[in-house]
Amino acid sequence: MSKYIQSIEYRTEIAAGGHWSLRLRRGTVMRLSDIGGGANVGMLFYNPENLLERYNAPDTLKCQHTFRLTAGHCLYSDMGRVFASVVADSLGWHDTVCGNSNAEQVAERWGARDYQRDSNQWHQNGYDAFLVELAKYGLGGADMAANINWFSKVAVDAKGNMALVPDHSAAGGQLLLRFEMDTLVLLHNCPHPLNAAPEYPTGPVQVELGLAAPVAEDDHCMNSCEENRRGFHNNALYHLGQA
Amino acid sequence: MTETLTTSSRAAEAATLRQVVPAGDYYIGLLKAEQVLRILDLEGNQAADTLFYSAENSAERYSATDTIREQGNVYLTTGSSLRSNENRVMLEIVADTCGRHDTLGGACANESNTVRYDLEKRCMHSCRDSWMLAVAEHPEYGITKRDIIHNINFFMNVPVTDSGGLTFEDGISAPGKYVELQAAMDVIVLISNCPQLNNPCNGYNPTPVEVLVWDS
Repeated sequence: MSKYIQSIEYRTEIAAGGHWSLRLRRGTVMRLSDIGGGANVGMLFYNPENLLERYNAPDTLKCQHTFRLTAGHCLYSDMGRVFASVVADSLGWHDTVCGNSNAEQVAERWGARDYQRDSNQWHQNGYDAFLVELAKYGLGGADMAANINWFSKVAVDAKGNMALVPDHSAAGGQLLLRFEMDTLVLLHNCPHPLNAAPEYPTGPVQVELGLAAPVAEDDHCMNSCEENRRGFHNNALYHLGQA
Repeated sequence: MTETLTTSSRAAEAATLRQVVPAGDYYIGLLKAEQVLRILDLEGNQAADTLFYSAENSAERYSATDTIREQGNVYLTTGSSLRSNENRVMLEIVADTCGRHDTLGGACANESNTVRYDLEKRCMHSCRDSWMLAVAEHPEYGITKRDIIHNINFFMNVPVTDSGGLTFEDGISAPGKYVELQAAMDVIVLISNCPQLNNPCNGYNPTPVEVLVWDS
């Protein structure tokens, strides 16, 4: 068991094309595992106490001078607070600038979404998956910020050209998030928008939920840069008076 | 994207609107389909943090992710189509004498300033506060905080490194450099002329930009 995990309390699988949302408390962990390889998990965060506070990809990137996400990084809201820390990661690079697949792209590449024909193996797309989950909280397309694409690497050359790196996530690829404040998590297991595979991906993703070990003074994420120490200070201020 | 500089033949005297926007201030206004907007960096090295909304439906707005994904490149320059969150083309960059503009770095906010620089810098003026004032003073556009999102930083230079780093470098803009955009639909233009004093995006000296609009 990772030193960051006190216990795992629940384990499930999200099938390809599946989506889910749930509120995770401060001090919980979520471990994502790519069971068969080649997964992509889209993810967004909101503050359940104020849904206008949401994951902010630009702030996350510029606060940590990074284009990729990996272990040691904090995932920031637009209010200077840390929703979650990436405490462990076997992949080294995850994308947060490409957004979602949409119905048109998916139809063009793999055939249209058709529940009548495909039942729950239908070709769901990331954009519509998020729209469905957002609507459950009174949110809509305007609230859909730039999301994270876990397990997907998009590299950029010197001229700025972007490319999805094929076969980046092997079977067993894993990352661990620790939530640093109460967070509404939206996620889907829909293809990355740059995925050009011949078939619609069918691999499930395992999601484990549990309790986090207390944040140590020498915690890697909190101390990986001065910016993150200040982010944790902002969280402490947000939780002032709370046990 | 090749960084080819493209000049414009439009004469400033023929513009239907000319407005100087001082640093720390905002511009908000309608740009109708076919109209052309120029943002002019008057004194050089000045970031213009910009958002676009469909005039018909402010929930449809500029989307950095759709824009860079569809063009396969993270930088904006002549030929870039600026796309909405519904993946429709809102505007196209038709001239650019700077060569490269950022859409990864987002805007400065008081809250992110506390993380990036110092907790006690929370009261230094920021782009997001300019936008908050803009939408508060102009309820007629129907834009609220939920619509304030991932923007374009015209004239800002934020290169991505091979190893996946993101660096904020000295601007490649200079006095008189400009970018010109033609609208493909009626859009609301919202610009914060960046007041940031803590990094090189404005050369540590925020200066005015000018907004010009032509009918075509």
